[in-house]
Amino acid sequence: MAVDQLSRAFVALADPTRRDIVARLSVRDATVGELAESYAMSMQAVSKHLKVLEEAGLVSRSRDAQRRPCHLEPQALDLMTSWIERYRRRAEERFSRLDAVLAAMDDTDADTTPASPGTKADEPRPTWAEKNEGAPS
Amino acid sequence: MTSTTGHETRIEADPTLPTIRIVREFNAPQERVFRAWIEPHLVSRWLGPQDLDMKIDTWEARTGGHYRYSMHREGQEVAAFYGSFHEVRPATRLVQTFTFEGVPDGVSLDTAVFEPAGEGRTRVTVLSVVDNLVARDAILASGMERGVVEGYRKLDALLAAS
Repeated sequence: MAVDQLSRAFVALADPTRRDIVARLSVRDATVGELAESYAMSMQAVSKHLKVLEEAGLVSRSRDAQRRPCHLEPQALDLMTSWIERYRRRAEERFSRLDAVLAAMDDTDADTTPASPGTKADEPRPTWAEKNEGAPS
Repeated sequence: MTSTTGHETRIEADPTLPTIRIVREFNAPQERVFRAWIEPHLVSRWLGPQDLDMKIDTWEARTGGHYRYSMHREGQEVAAFYGSFHEVRPATRLVQTFTFEGVPDGVSLDTAVFEPAGEGRTRVTVLSVVDNLVARDAILASGMERGVVEGYRKLDALLAAS
């Protein structure tokens, strides 16, 4: 992708309203009027956002139909997938750390490991831990 | 980061419902995984992002309890989260509300279900429900700001070099 195209896409998606429009169009096509209604914005303001998205190649509008619904381009759907993938990767990073915590734990360290410094000192120990001590795992 | 256990994190985002479902298996029995989810000294070791320090301000992991934790960079608070423990059902189910203080009107209802996955493993399914699709997509896209910033940095470097 050319640098110009890339930076246009970055600029287009740096705006929360435009990200929102992309998210909406990923579900179904919508007209300018429908989008304006759901954002409580003027048609002109929505058209402005759509123009930026169109120039970035993220959205297209049919030229001939009366309603001229806005349509999300397939590469923008890939973008949606990449949002999810990014989110997944962050979750995976957390869970990899949890794997390490679980590997380091044993069933009896609840009483011996000090609470983190930020924890309330008077925090009652959860009663479930007492109930479950010695329970088969 | 590469997972040491090879378990894959699955994410499902229904296009028509404001939900995110995360499914992951762990090499530990239910009781132990559950403890790692609710004991603060364990939670603080994995929940926060790697590049930030996590401080647990309040943590009452009982039904009806309350929690707040914050993320710090070089001693400065950069983000904070709070919510309630709606239900703490030992080793099987944890229901919490979750709010990012930066978006005070947003609240997610997170239900984590812990179930045996055979051979001493545990499957955890976390279903998060928010009040609309826009909010859900904003959560999914939240890593995107960072991506955009990184993108700009790369672009800067590219432009400086040309």
